[in-house]
Amino acid sequence: MTADSTPALVQPADGPDGDPATPAGTLSAARGPRARTTTEYLKYAAAKIAGAVVSLFAVLVTSFFLFRLIPSDPVKQMTGGRKVSTEQLANLRHQYGLDQPMWKQFTSYVGDALTGDFGISFQYHTPVIDKIMDALPATLLLTGTAYVLYSALGIWLGTRTAWRNGSRSDRFNTAFALTLYSVPAFWLGLLLIIVFAVGIGPIPGMFPTGGLESGGETGFAYVIDVAHHLVLPVITLVAVGYAQTLLVMRSSLLDEMGSDYLTTARAKGLRDDVVRRKHAVPNAMLPTFTLMFVNLGHVVAGQILVETVFSWPGLGGLFYSALSVPDLPLVQGLFFVFATAVILANTLADILYPLLDPRVGR
Amino acid sequence: MATKAQRDTHDQHHRTNRSGVRVLLAAGAAAFSLTAALATPLNPAPHEAKAADDGGKKVLTVALAQSVDSLSPFLATRLVSTSILRLMYDYPTNYDPKDNHVVPGFATKWEPSSDKLTWTYTIRSDSKWSDGEKATAHDAAFTFNKMMTDDAAATANGSFVGNFEKVTAPSDTQLVIKLKKPQATMTSLDVPIVPEHVWKDVKDYSKFNNDQKFPIVGNGPFILTDYKTDQYVKLKRNPDFWRKSKNPQFDEIVFKTYKDQDAAVAALRKGEVSFVAGSPALTPAQAASLKGEKNIKVNEGPGRRFYAIATNPGARTKDGKKFGDGNKALLDQKVRQALFRSVDTKTIVDKVFQGHAVQGEGYIPPRFKDYFWSPSDSQKLSYDPGAAGKLLDEAGYKLKDGKRVGKDGKALDLRILCHATDPNDKAVGKYLKEWWGKLGVGLKVDCLDDVSVPWYAGEYDLAFDGWSVNPDPDFVLGIHTCAALPAKAKESAATDNFICDKKFDDLYGKQLAEYDPAKRAEYVKQMESWLYDSGYMNVMAYPNAVEAYRTDQIKSIETMPTAAGNIYGQDGYWSWWSAEPVSSSDSGSSDSSSTTGVVIGIVVAALVVIGGGLLFTRRRRSTADERE
Repeated sequence: MTADSTPALVQPADGPDGDPATPAGTLSAARGPRARTTTEYLKYAAAKIAGAVVSLFAVLVTSFFLFRLIPSDPVKQMTGGRKVSTEQLANLRHQYGLDQPMWKQFTSYVGDALTGDFGISFQYHTPVIDKIMDALPATLLLTGTAYVLYSALGIWLGTRTAWRNGSRSDRFNTAFALTLYSVPAFWLGLLLIIVFAVGIGPIPGMFPTGGLESGGETGFAYVIDVAHHLVLPVITLVAVGYAQTLLVMRSSLLDEMGSDYLTTARAKGLRDDVVRRKHAVPNAMLPTFTLMFVNLGHVVAGQILVETVFSWPGLGGLFYSALSVPDLPLVQGLFFVFATAVILANTLADILYPLLDPRVGR
Repeated sequence: MATKAQRDTHDQHHRTNRSGVRVLLAAGAAAFSLTAALATPLNPAPHEAKAADDGGKKVLTVALAQSVDSLSPFLATRLVSTSILRLMYDYPTNYDPKDNHVVPGFATKWEPSSDKLTWTYTIRSDSKWSDGEKATAHDAAFTFNKMMTDDAAATANGSFVGNFEKVTAPSDTQLVIKLKKPQATMTSLDVPIVPEHVWKDVKDYSKFNNDQKFPIVGNGPFILTDYKTDQYVKLKRNPDFWRKSKNPQFDEIVFKTYKDQDAAVAALRKGEVSFVAGSPALTPAQAASLKGEKNIKVNEGPGRRFYAIATNPGARTKDGKKFGDGNKALLDQKVRQALFRSVDTKTIVDKVFQGHAVQGEGYIPPRFKDYFWSPSDSQKLSYDPGAAGKLLDEAGYKLKDGKRVGKDGKALDLRILCHATDPNDKAVGKYLKEWWGKLGVGLKVDCLDDVSVPWYAGEYDLAFDGWSVNPDPDFVLGIHTCAALPAKAKESAATDNFICDKKFDDLYGKQLAEYDPAKRAEYVKQMESWLYDSGYMNVMAYPNAVEAYRTDQIKSIETMPTAAGNIYGQDGYWSWWSAEPVSSSDSGSSDSSSTTGVVIGIVVAALVVIGGGLLFTRRRRSTADERE
């Protein structure tokens, strides 16, 4: 989440501690210039985990106060438009614990949250954790699929464009990716709905306009149905998301391309393709790994606007509707889960990184 | 920078370009395309809400803009949920679709005692629950008693039983409700009656959402058979529903959640849903884009909402403690009336609502004709900037260098609270700035996502206001009584904008205790007349209900009022109960899209096969050296 919780984009292999003769070896700690002792590593990992725990607690505290800064009245919002007496409103405030002093609300929130209890959603009358667990699979399916695809596409195109630096395809691919990157995801989503769901001109409406399933399907038909619903939102997410990976991959590979160890590899008579795949790309992958871990944390949070446009029943859409009340227990719970995912992904990156690049954590 | 050697190898690289990532990517893309291809030819226009489904089942699909908050009648508050509950359960009474007058529902007859404190309802004997049990007065007594004794069960409809002393069921067909004081709204108890034998076992009413066991036992015109949060609600026709005159024609109704209104409109255009309503209306742009479209009818009926400007008459608590910072100039009736005389409601209807609204007059919209009131010519505060200027002069706000300045030498500058999410507020705000600016009054438009906090803190001068009105006007009148004021400063309360006036309260008490409909309507109109003169509320428009449906799926559907009314959010189940599907002989088949779908599917599948073949060939061509 913070700059120091993720490894900085490093210059691998040909940096001061690099081993130009065995660039591929940088991926193995054992083959590094100075083997890290297990104790050293465990100390490093423990420090990172401790940092994550502190961050999680900070998030827990922040989530309580942050959403109380929103000027709104959940009880009035929820009863809006219905005949409710002033006494009934007071009763509801009591039921939701909103009449308690702030410090009391805070201590009971933290106490409960530590046991995994985020309270009952104001608007859905369901335990927050159940609501989150219900919506989580849909989000993981959507953003997880998109994550795999845009990471793969970004790495592949990033490698291609860097290797063909300055070529027409490099310029086109980079410009195209950047254009898509700057397109608002919900707008692109709506456009895809109009073109590929409703159909325009000779293009027929091939995909559903929204939702996760048609309802009523079972077995293999259900899988196909969900996959069918998944196509357009995934395309939207991939289209706006792959540019980031592409650019990082491209720039780090460009940095590698002038390196001596590549010249050495070529001098050994290796084919250009092999030099690229087995020598240059593995080293250039390190910054991309960092980015992928950062993005991995966001997979849980989903994409609020894309989930809304495609009526995807995931956490992003849930967060949107919870914020509009605001349904305090639900927004707090969701915020905590989102932040936890990012912190965990970053901690995982921190812990794994020394295994990928031995210079980290010394 | 790439070296020359590197650039020189581009051709070679191009020919042999292959990597694990690429294979993975190709496999992913192939799987993805395959999914699309598989789905497309098998099901080209998938699950379109055809009037006739494959098994001959007639399904009507309605696009919903909101999520269902709960399916428990004791908890559900949103319009979408209460509309669905109307289909699942019978209510004591219903409203006639023609003119909103009260008609029998679960009760066939009702009668007050001579002291006006006891109401006796005759409960119908021909209603049964979907599990076969008989629906009786005991179920109704159980429902009301539960709301009276359990705070959690009073969450949604507690206000209906606030004045109840005792509820009993002396027999299967008799329900007796004793009141603390007379209450004219006893024929409008909009409470779903639940089966006692199912609900008596519920332990915690605050957490029971009635959405786990399907089908849900009910006695309405439809039975709820399936529900998935934020996805869909399915209901099937209840063959045992007592109203046999015209049983529902559709076998199934599916309410499908579309969180984005434009996506819902796209779904209608495609035929994936049969009906779409706005929240509360389709935007003028959406309506315009659908008008003239083949097989789509845009239905526009008089709305049940009013759209107004409210002034802050000085925020106060029930015991008279003043708070807030409303501009004192607005305590002068002449200033309030002057502001309203410089609001051109015709321009607002024409330009902001683009004709999809009716100019405002009295407090209750004209569709509720029994209670609709409009000012006489002499009473009318019509648009007249000249008269407005004179009123301000009289109030002591003279024009000085283009600004109205009070006796204290301060210029008259006001603030208006606007809902940031409502484009109408923003547009009207611009007009007001211009009109009131010409009058010499400054205006700051404060647009907020949630206006409730400054509103209930009394920290505003004016506010854009609007309410949806029920056939019984008690609610929208009640929010202006002294009883609705907050107990503590800044605490949310039932009040709309702190109006508390003895004359208004007296009239409110009289209308609530008056059981003669004509006399009650007279009191209601007097209240509207008082509200109009006071200048506290300026009703600018009654926005129309704008919605659309597919005529190739729905042959006919009942609006409310029957002559040019709305379909979604009716007071009753008339629209979905009356909807008639287009029979297969009526509908011109639109199988062309299916054919195109199949063609596209085949093309995609072919591409996948070709792509796979290429991949395979190139893999074979790679050298042994590279594979190592």
